[in-house]
Amino acid sequence: MTLAPETSDLISVEIDGVEMNVPKGTLIIRAAELIGTEVPRFCDHPLLSPVAACRMCLVEIEGNPKPQPACAIELTPGMKVRTQRSSEVAEKAQQGVMEFLLANHPLDCPVCDKGGECPLQNQAMSAGRAESRFDIPKRTFDKPVPINSEILLDRERCVSCARCTRFADQIAGDPKLELLERGAKQQVGVANDEPFDSYFSGNTIQICPVGALTSSSYRFRSRPFDLVSTPTTCEHCASGCSLRTDARRGEVTRRLAWHDSDVNEDWNCDKGRFAFTYLSQDRITSPMIRENGELRVASWPEALDVAARGLRSAQGSTAVLTGGRITMEDAYAYAKFARVVLGTDDIDFRARRSSSEEAAFLRSSIAGDCGPTYADLDKAPVVLLVAFEPEDESPIVLLRLRAASLRRGLRVVALSPIASRGLEKIRGEWAAIAPGADANALHALAQGGGDVPNGASIAQALRQPGAVILVGERIADVSGGPSAVAALAAATGARIGWVPRRAGERGALEAGALSGLLPGGRPLDDANARAQVAQVWGVDVADLPISAGREAAAVVSSAAAGGLGALVVGGLEPRDAAQPAAMRRALDNAGFVVSLETRRTEVTDHADVVLPVAVVTEKSGTFIDWEGRRRPFARVFGDALMMSDGRVLAMLAEAMDSSIGRGDVKSLRTELDSFGPWTGARSAVPSDSAAVVQTGGPHLVTWRLLLDEAAMQEGEPNLAGTRRRTVAVVSAATAASLGVAAGQQVTVTGPAGSVSVPVDIGSIVDNAVWLPSNAADCAIASLGVAPGQPVRVSGGAA
Amino acid sequence: MTLTPVITAHWDRPDLYTLAGYRAVGGYTALAKALQQEPDAIITTVKETGLRGRGGAGFPTGLKWSFVPQNDGKPHYLVVNADESEPGACKDIPIMMATPHTLVEGVIISSYAIRANHAFIYIRGEVPQAVRRVAAAVREAEQAGLLGDNVLGSGFNLRVTIHSGAGAYICGEETALLDSLEGRRGQPRLKPPFPAVAGLYASPTVVNNVETICNIPFIVNNGVEWFRKFGTEKSPGFKVFAISGHVNRPGIYEAPLGVTMRELLDYAGGMRDGRPVKFWLPGGSSVPMLTAEHLDLPLTYEEMAAAGTMLGTGTPMLFDDTVSVVRAVTRWLEFYKHESCGKCTPCREGTYWITGVLERFEHGHGSEAEIDTLVDLCDQIGGRSFCALGDAAATPYPAALKYFRNEFEAGTNQAAELEFAPAASYLFSEATAR
Repeated sequence: MTLAPETSDLISVEIDGVEMNVPKGTLIIRAAELIGTEVPRFCDHPLLSPVAACRMCLVEIEGNPKPQPACAIELTPGMKVRTQRSSEVAEKAQQGVMEFLLANHPLDCPVCDKGGECPLQNQAMSAGRAESRFDIPKRTFDKPVPINSEILLDRERCVSCARCTRFADQIAGDPKLELLERGAKQQVGVANDEPFDSYFSGNTIQICPVGALTSSSYRFRSRPFDLVSTPTTCEHCASGCSLRTDARRGEVTRRLAWHDSDVNEDWNCDKGRFAFTYLSQDRITSPMIRENGELRVASWPEALDVAARGLRSAQGSTAVLTGGRITMEDAYAYAKFARVVLGTDDIDFRARRSSSEEAAFLRSSIAGDCGPTYADLDKAPVVLLVAFEPEDESPIVLLRLRAASLRRGLRVVALSPIASRGLEKIRGEWAAIAPGADANALHALAQGGGDVPNGASIAQALRQPGAVILVGERIADVSGGPSAVAALAAATGARIGWVPRRAGERGALEAGALSGLLPGGRPLDDANARAQVAQVWGVDVADLPISAGREAAAVVSSAAAGGLGALVVGGLEPRDAAQPAAMRRALDNAGFVVSLETRRTEVTDHADVVLPVAVVTEKSGTFIDWEGRRRPFARVFGDALMMSDGRVLAMLAEAMDSSIGRGDVKSLRTELDSFGPWTGARSAVPSDSAAVVQTGGPHLVTWRLLLDEAAMQEGEPNLAGTRRRTVAVVSAATAASLGVAAGQQVTVTGPAGSVSVPVDIGSIVDNAVWLPSNAADCAIASLGVAPGQPVRVSGGAA
Repeated sequence: MTLTPVITAHWDRPDLYTLAGYRAVGGYTALAKALQQEPDAIITTVKETGLRGRGGAGFPTGLKWSFVPQNDGKPHYLVVNADESEPGACKDIPIMMATPHTLVEGVIISSYAIRANHAFIYIRGEVPQAVRRVAAAVREAEQAGLLGDNVLGSGFNLRVTIHSGAGAYICGEETALLDSLEGRRGQPRLKPPFPAVAGLYASPTVVNNVETICNIPFIVNNGVEWFRKFGTEKSPGFKVFAISGHVNRPGIYEAPLGVTMRELLDYAGGMRDGRPVKFWLPGGSSVPMLTAEHLDLPLTYEEMAAAGTMLGTGTPMLFDDTVSVVRAVTRWLEFYKHESCGKCTPCREGTYWITGVLERFEHGHGSEAEIDTLVDLCDQIGGRSFCALGDAAATPYPAALKYFRNEFEAGTNQAAELEFAPAASYLFSEATAR
């Protein structure tokens, strides 16, 4: 990479007569920036290796007969450089290159998406001549051509800077975009039968310095100068990408990756870039109450009154379930509302598959802790991936691991039954284990390696300072797994990074939206912790719940059995639940359901009172990424009428003659901050024993692909077009024993249902089958089987 | 100056291309001699001869070899650039056809000198017969124990791989050749690192021209003094000149460097029909043209540079007065436009643009102002582009303008074919048949 290397070795150079000391190895173009001189450039990008292809940045170097590309030449001691500011040669060279660049360019700026924010347009003004002498026919191409469903290519506008192709190759690890042909016919292209199916493809639109790559969704929708831009944080996953959201006339028109060198550098994934149409779909805009079995629109006072009465009458038998996508502030409001207003500790943010052991692990080892950061991954001697597939489950983690792997050979080991495409990109090592055998393998590593492939070497590597274990939320499916992760960390000294899939989970954890856990990682069963919380909340400590409440699974089964008086639900999809059917029954059978929702869902369909709340663009807030780093975001639509969950809960509290404060984002955040760090003892680390792996037919391995049927990707067909093909993956031996060949249909059957998908032969252990969890026609929840458990696989369609 | 056949000495032997034929004229004696020496001694010898690369740039060969880091633990590679594609250049292919074993012997000695255990010969894909001939020679050498493990019992191992190009002029550029050899699209690489440090597969690599390598066995056999008897101080040795164009006997003439074009032209039987030389190029289309007044200049690297041109590949092309300079320059630029790899802006766009304007002049539609615009455009390419192909594309027009401005001025109102009927310049034309 071309950033100045970290070194104290300074050399003395001169640029445009300005003497300066720069680290050895600094490129001329970067050093010039330090003195405020922008040498014009196209192919140069600080995160891509230099190619010096566009020749726009030619400068004069004393003693060199030819002008040289500033983007590719490292300064040497005593070097004297003259840029366009002080050298006629450089200025003329740049003007000449600009004239050439514009020769075959269509100059269709008035109808080009890039017009107004185009480096070519801008630099043509600053470094070009007013008139072109080019008057022969321009080279033409058919246009636009799709390189995938999200991106349209206009080859006439391309300046062959190779930023997109280098991005695909060097950053994303999807080298499916290439320069083809030669001379003036040179063009960016993809293979005929292989589109640019990268999860990161949208970045190429953003780094294209001309309007050659345009977004299918954004094309012709706006001029950049008509947009209002807001710095935001991506709400899709726990990577924590900094984004810029551009809006026009009350609608989001596009989102861009925004620079944050600590987190996402200059990149984001396509889900974060394109999946925002859901924000305006099926919105609920007014409160509703159920009357004679039907929801009807109600006024806020009426709805709050009905909700308050319903909740009050169920006092003592209430619970709060939130999804993993609420902000830290809103999660804090739910946490406080449950304890102060409802007087219950039955609260859980994990509407997904979860376990009590996982909750204990989160309370003891994650909450309130500053875990490893992206920078720590960059420096780590080894990173062990447990129940975690970075490309699908936290794409920026993948990019950072890949960068460190390519740059310095970072060792990444995946403890997994299957070697994913993401692992290949990281050049990671596959420590193959049987499905569900994670806990045994982790214990083996803690004890020196055991029978884990290459175990001794991995165990030894984990004992080096700075080693990191990245564990995904799927560890909750492995009984004994979370305990084993904690044990391995304790045995080796490696640090644990817990990488949940959803953006709000870590924030909810820190806010105390989990039974047995108060804000700031405080254990509920600690008297000091309770006293501190009671003081901040201004309540009598005796009024706080004293023993840990029930977690999601217990709440759901109790409600499903008709044993729960009232349920407050916010931001949760029953189909994401551990057992969707049980969740639906719980919503049906709970005595009273209050739903805080942005749009019509299965929950609102069952709710007695529906209170509309704001989506991320209508409020400010904070997500906490997997590192534990706060990622605040601003409100995109300042004039939006919708209220945040926190505000609505505050009104509901008032309607119940109680209070959680004003409930606005700022006061919630200030109050949460006032807790400070917890210095007391943490709750006990779980020590569940490892599960015995069940015998029998192929065991199910599954996770959610980045792009699938998730609700927040609705309404964006172009994004959906880059989803991966739905396939079941088995090993060659398993395929042979099943009597199926690649491409043939197989049916995977569980106790509750089955799915039929084509099969692929892949790097997966024998007697296992991988399926995407939530792909089209492949909803694993419908099988009624937990990951790691045996399923029946047969050739042919069901 | 007399002709000095060295590489071409035994080309009248019909079986020279076989191992037996080559051995009959002393073939592979240099190899045995070389293997008795330390590799460094050979590098020193080559350095002392002052042998300069015969591919066009004229870089001192021994110096290039000495840049290869020794004892670095990495594999070293020798790559022979046999991608002869320069318009007008036709010397490497005849060498490979006539005496492939000279090349193979040179490759073995050179590899031994630079401690390479794997050598590649990248041959222009359009000449499958040369590929077959060199491949056959390599096979014969392998069977004779001259190649492979333990060459002649010396403990030195060498594999030679023949690679056929796929029809791109740019792959004659050494770093593009390396990319192509690695299976990538042939485009020049950013330098540094230079191939001597990180070339093929990021390992130290020497890239040499066919003719350069063919000098090596003779140098090993005959020594520095012998070699330096030929040529001049700065351009020592002999050169395989391949003469083409409107001469009576086009072909290969090997002579010491420093021979004049007039002498070579005499050997080639003079111009056809006794017509005058209108313009000529010392070494391929990439070097600026000269005229009849330059025929007595010694053909050396230094004298050609002083005359504002280059020795290049040393393959003179001569044109008589039936040829339109405008048309010739346009054809060359069409070649460069077609062969520009597209990587850098000046070459990609510049060759497209200049060609378009030159075609206007050829058809009498040019304008006075464009004569100067073209000079400016060439200025914007030369020294601004990524590799030497761009520089080469910028040379034909300014040189032509220097000597034949009137023809470009005529191109503002008259098609070139009116004054210079194309048929008249055809070598196969009935119009010129005697």
